[in-house]
Amino acid sequence: MRTKGVFLAGVAILAAATMTTAVPNGGTVSGKVTYEGAPAKQKPIDMSKEPSCAKQHATPLTTETVVTGPNNALENVVVYISAGAPDDSTPPSQPAKFTQKGCQYLPHVLAFEVNQALEIANEDQTSHNIHPLPKTNREWNKSQPPGTPPLSEKYDKPEFIPVKCNIHPWMHGNFAVLKNSHYAVTQGEGSFTLPNLPPGKYTIIAWHESYGDQTQEVTISGNETKTVNFVFKAKPY
Amino acid sequence: MALALPMLASAQQGESHVGKLSGQAAAGKQLYFRYCWGCHGYRGDGNGENGPYLNILPRNFVAATFKCRSTPTGTLPTDEDLYNAMTRGLNNSNMPSWITLTAQNRADLIAFIKTFSPRWKTDKAGDPINVPAEPAVTLDSIKHGKELFTKLECWKCHGPEGHGDGPSASTLTDSNDQPIRPYNFAAGSRFKCGATNHDLYKIFMTGLDGTPMPSFADVIKPEDAWDLVHYLRTLQVTRKSAELALWMSSKEGAEVVNAQKIGGTPTGSGIKQ
Repeated sequence: MRTKGVFLAGVAILAAATMTTAVPNGGTVSGKVTYEGAPAKQKPIDMSKEPSCAKQHATPLTTETVVTGPNNALENVVVYISAGAPDDSTPPSQPAKFTQKGCQYLPHVLAFEVNQALEIANEDQTSHNIHPLPKTNREWNKSQPPGTPPLSEKYDKPEFIPVKCNIHPWMHGNFAVLKNSHYAVTQGEGSFTLPNLPPGKYTIIAWHESYGDQTQEVTISGNETKTVNFVFKAKPY
Repeated sequence: MALALPMLASAQQGESHVGKLSGQAAAGKQLYFRYCWGCHGYRGDGNGENGPYLNILPRNFVAATFKCRSTPTGTLPTDEDLYNAMTRGLNNSNMPSWITLTAQNRADLIAFIKTFSPRWKTDKAGDPINVPAEPAVTLDSIKHGKELFTKLECWKCHGPEGHGDGPSASTLTDSNDQPIRPYNFAAGSRFKCGATNHDLYKIFMTGLDGTPMPSFADVIKPEDAWDLVHYLRTLQVTRKSAELALWMSSKEGAEVVNAQKIGGTPTGSGIKQ
């Protein structure tokens, strides 16, 4: 009898634990990021100095400082919770992947968590040097010739970090190192969803590499979906 | 004893250790505000009175990113690394050699400049990379180094003949967005971080942090690294070396060297903008 009691208690604890992670009463914040005004026209990139990359692009790539979608949608915006959610004590075991292909960074903006493994691969036939330029994390700069295995790195402090390749000066990317798993990076439609939020008050920030950041407060009470939209003022330069 | 220990720990925060010398920040502070702050600034951030007039900006000790290290890219240098850089000076910049100060003075200064950045409290210096003994200079070694120079695309910045005029040379900027030029081997001046083959090995293996020069430690095997060192010496065509002499004694080497047109400044010759 006694053993059974302990067993049942164990099941109860397990069930409780599962409930906390799934957040059945969790709320969701979703919305859209758009721009108003005229964004700077993106310039075509001349890759003639790197023929092995140039031939991978039927039409020349353009710069990616502002990428837009239909209906004024703004891409590559990192929407994340800066306050209200606890810091993630253990980072996800899956590495965040950053790829150099056709002398371009894929994705252009990569968001991941503090201390999460960051895997950087070179799929090109040319050498790259990966040179992220952090201010609060440590700055390093590594060469990655073709055919070498992916680099594994991590960052121990939250920060937005520009990334460049000195050999190919047109290559620019961004790392967003965040404190918790509640984040999204907008794609073509400019929409984002932050699910599994327990009731509480949250500070939500939308960050764009050229337009800076915007902050909104939202309160989640129970199993609901709140809509939060961000509108950035586009600068023509 | 129990009372003395915390005091000892706090004293070590302001110390440097260079060989048998122990430097003290308190003593270094006096020297800093006599010799260094004109360029490196009151706060050690490189914004001294003379700073804006220098075309390689003075080192920002608050950021604590250093070019000349024996430690892996992204780590803090050892006290010896800083001491050696100060003693040598940084070639092709306005940082002179401070060998005129006593060794104790220099160790004290290192202890003091480490107080400008909180990194020295939170991070330890990196472990110096292992540099195996240098093998003999042979023609095979030089030729293999030449292949590596092409394969690793050193020429993209340093130029096919090492003149600092590669296709990417004119676009380079340091981490403060200031234009920076790759080293021109043909001018033969001393390297930024030392004069010896051992120094040259460390320069490309650890990289010069804060500049476009990356670390190759993860992608070059130690024996290959020495071959590259031997070849790089032959690019210093205006400087006598055992490597250059041996290279010139071969038909291929003599042709390569004699075909070169020497000119330009120590950092980049005739770069087309």
